[in-house]
Amino acid sequence: MLAEKYADRIEKIFSKYPDKRSAIMDLLYLAQEEYGWLSGDALEEVAALVDVDPTQAHSIAGFYTMYSEKPKGKYWFQVCTDLPCALRGADDFYQALCEYLGVEDGGTTEDGLFTVEQVMCLAACDRAPMMQCNFHYHENLDLDKVKALVEQLRQEAAAAQGE
Amino acid sequence: MEHILLRDLDIPDIRNFDVYVANGGYEGLKKAVREHTPEEVIQIVLESNLRGRGGAGFPTGRKWSFIPKDAPIKYVVVNADESEPGTFKDRQILEKNPHQLIEGAMIAAYAIQATAVYIYCRGEFWDLAHALEEEIEAARQANLVGDDVLGSGWNCPVYVHLGAGAYICGEESALLNSLQGLLGQPRVRPPFPAQPGGGLYYAPTVVNNVETLANVPWIILNGAAAYKAIGTPESSGVKIFCLSGHVARPGNYELPFGITFRELIFEHGGGIPNGKKLKAILPSGASGPVLPATGEVLDAPLTYESVAALGSTLGSASFILMDEDTDMVWAAAKMTHFFKHESCGKCTPCREGTYWLERIYRRLLRGEGTMRDLELLKSIPRNMQGGVTLCALGEFAANPVLSTVQHFYAEYEEYVRHAEATREARQAAEQMHDYTLGEAGELPEAVGQGGVR
Ligand SMILES: Cc1cc2nc3c(=O)[nH]c(=O)nc-3n(C[C@H](O)[C@H](O)[C@H](O)COP(=O)(O)O)c2cc1C
Ligand code: SF4
Ligand code: FES
Repeated sequence: MLAEKYADRIEKIFSKYPDKRSAIMDLLYLAQEEYGWLSGDALEEVAALVDVDPTQAHSIAGFYTMYSEKPKGKYWFQVCTDLPCALRGADDFYQALCEYLGVEDGGTTEDGLFTVEQVMCLAACDRAPMMQCNFHYHENLDLDKVKALVEQLRQEAAAAQGE
Repeated sequence: MEHILLRDLDIPDIRNFDVYVANGGYEGLKKAVREHTPEEVIQIVLESNLRGRGGAGFPTGRKWSFIPKDAPIKYVVVNADESEPGTFKDRQILEKNPHQLIEGAMIAAYAIQATAVYIYCRGEFWDLAHALEEEIEAARQANLVGDDVLGSGWNCPVYVHLGAGAYICGEESALLNSLQGLLGQPRVRPPFPAQPGGGLYYAPTVVNNVETLANVPWIILNGAAAYKAIGTPESSGVKIFCLSGHVARPGNYELPFGITFRELIFEHGGGIPNGKKLKAILPSGASGPVLPATGEVLDAPLTYESVAALGSTLGSASFILMDEDTDMVWAAAKMTHFFKHESCGKCTPCREGTYWLERIYRRLLRGEGTMRDLELLKSIPRNMQGGVTLCALGEFAANPVLSTVQHFYAEYEEYVRHAEATREARQAAEQMHDYTLGEAGELPEAVGQGGVR
């Protein structure tokens, strides 16, 4: 349970706000970090922490692109294909990435490692093509660079499994 | 000239607290707190003619002056949601010169005697937001933030709040809802954020953009007149211009208002790559009307007034540049997709309008458009404008459609002509086919028409 495991962190989050309810976004991130995605149970747990109805936690989770109510690959690639990036080749980059990983738009690789998705402008248009991987930016990309990243992540994942 | 905002370009390590302080950092806050009353600070900012850099260009000092002095609780909220396509200026300040934002926000907070400051960062600024928290802590340890600021008896903590990916949360009333843990949808106004009942937790609140606030320390230190001397009489000071799309040197350029489009794009941005010609300019990201790159436009000065006179808006000054090979129907479709995705769905004209516009663009791009679709592209956006929606997103969404239809209609017609030619050719082929089938007596004509495709 989050409340026991992360008591200090949760306390610190609550201390930022005069109203508990404001903590819901941070706590949804915490739950997603812990469980990998926001299942119905996770949403109920967060809702209970901030004293709101679970349906409200559901609607907030559904409102934002950075929360996932479905399981995702271990690495979540969110590629910006918005206009400024697309003018610098982001659509082609995204397609090449999908082909390289053998997935459809929005899909997850069979080994469960990579999910790919298109997102709107990430305020990095001067460094297109770019993407976010688990909320960290990777910029000025091309297929070779992203292949190297995929390879590195595969090795990391394999090493983590071996442990 | 040395930079006022992008000081990291002059002093690479200025993101570090010690380096910032060694280069005059927090002197503006000290001067404000020790030498000026809150009212004087508001007066200085008013006289500097600083206007909001988040898009609307509202006079900053005036906004601060709306806050009722006797309200027991008041807030400053920093809008660091930066999600307009083509905008990446606040990010550079937050990442490379964060203390200047913290200092500016604290001066604003002093001016309205705020209870606390919240910095609302878009969720994707995850790494940056966590680093920002550390810098706030450094400022707190130096007594510049938090309890008894500079021994003045005034308490004002600064907190970072992370969004989670929704353009609409950059709209100030949606931002406040999101910060309160409510759904990030705009509020009905009035009351406006500065008024009781309209702000954060319904207390009077100043919402300012990152870049706006980053100007404030310099203004306090150097005076309103010095700031007003930069730029033009109506558009005072400096602005960060973001260049993206088809440009040789994309990036942020801090320049005085009043330089021309041509200077910005060709001198600073290095012009258009691959020897191409510039075709179209979006001066305010996806939200403002597109301008064709005519001589008249290129020679116009970059001020709020002159860009408005050209029929667009300077907004947050996010310049998306498109060369002669750009398909403007495709570009408008991209922007329409953006607004369809980002509409919060609360108002019918915006929700339905963006939905239908996107469908029409899909049809056009698939080569199935009709002249009727083009008529709809002219009429649907009209129904989204004129203050019929709760926030400006509905109006923004109409702009790329109407302005590309206005300036690049021939490209739309070309899509339809092509689609019609394809339809005719297909019909002819089908008739031939039906004819053959009919002769063989295998299928009645009507079935053949639907089934062959
Ligand atoms: C749909 C929409 C999105 C907006 N996004 C942003 C944004 O990302 N950042 C921002 O500072 N202002 C944004 N604004 C403008 C804010 O509502 C508000 O005017 C601004 O934060 C005020 O600060 P300023 O006076 O310092 O510019 C947006 C407005 C609308 C209607
Ligand atoms: S105009 Fe669009 S985004 Fe704004 S409140 Fe209405 S539906 Fe939501
Ligand atoms: S359009 Fe991709 S980061 Fe802005």
